[in-house]
Amino acid sequence: MADERRPRPVYRNIHVSQIVAYRLPPAGIVSILHRVSGALMFVLLPLVVWLLDVSLTSEVSYERFASAFIAGVGFVPAFLLKLVVLALIWAYLHHLIAGVRHLWMDLSHRAVGLQQGRISALVALGVSLVLTVVLGARLFGLY
Amino acid sequence: MDSNYGSKRLVVGAHYGLRDWLSQRVTALLMALYTLALIVQLLAGPKLGYLRWSAIFSQQWMRLATFVVIVALAVHAWVGMRDIWMDYIKPVWLRLALHLATIVWLLGCTGWALQVLWRL
Repeated sequence: MADERRPRPVYRNIHVSQIVAYRLPPAGIVSILHRVSGALMFVLLPLVVWLLDVSLTSEVSYERFASAFIAGVGFVPAFLLKLVVLALIWAYLHHLIAGVRHLWMDLSHRAVGLQQGRISALVALGVSLVLTVVLGARLFGLY
Repeated sequence: MDSNYGSKRLVVGAHYGLRDWLSQRVTALLMALYTLALIVQLLAGPKLGYLRWSAIFSQQWMRLATFVVIVALAVHAWVGMRDIWMDYIKPVWLRLALHLATIVWLLGCTGWALQVLWRL
């Protein structure tokens, strides 16, 4: 019976081209997205500081900050800026929630159980996505 | 330290595994608490404009908290990015170059953010 089954794929050193075929459990998806979101925020850090700068420095610069999301800034159109900020919002939310999950797992033995880990991973993915949609809708002026 | 040579030499790092792990958690906690404090202040009060936004960051305790969080963020990002480079980048010269670039990048952003904060 077992002999007739299709042989399971064997991965030794995972190559980039194999990643797509490699099915991760929810906890694995949260983990790699934790890394991706962190790297994304690292790369976009100057944008965040720039937003902080123009929004805080003066009333005049605050107007520039506000108009960047309406009329764009420099060669960057407003919708592109909004898309990038949306990516930042998702990255922050995912990183924060996955991080809190991490801290909880450091503290509690129960949290690292197979079932608990699976559920908390799905919750982390879901909550960050829902909040991203809610804040994204506000960003794009849907309400 | 006396016996840290010959057959008793410590060959398994300099405790920076634990130190990085701990500093990443502590800085994460600081940033999470800061986020919470900021959200509470944003939600409480009238419509947000320049005056209210800058007033939030001008309070002395928020200035201190923001200062601490800017530094915490740099430390946190350094530990994380170093982990990423160590995992994926094998050639030593390239890894060293990326470590250096990361430090310059983070120091630059930190300095800029502090400059913004000091101006308030």
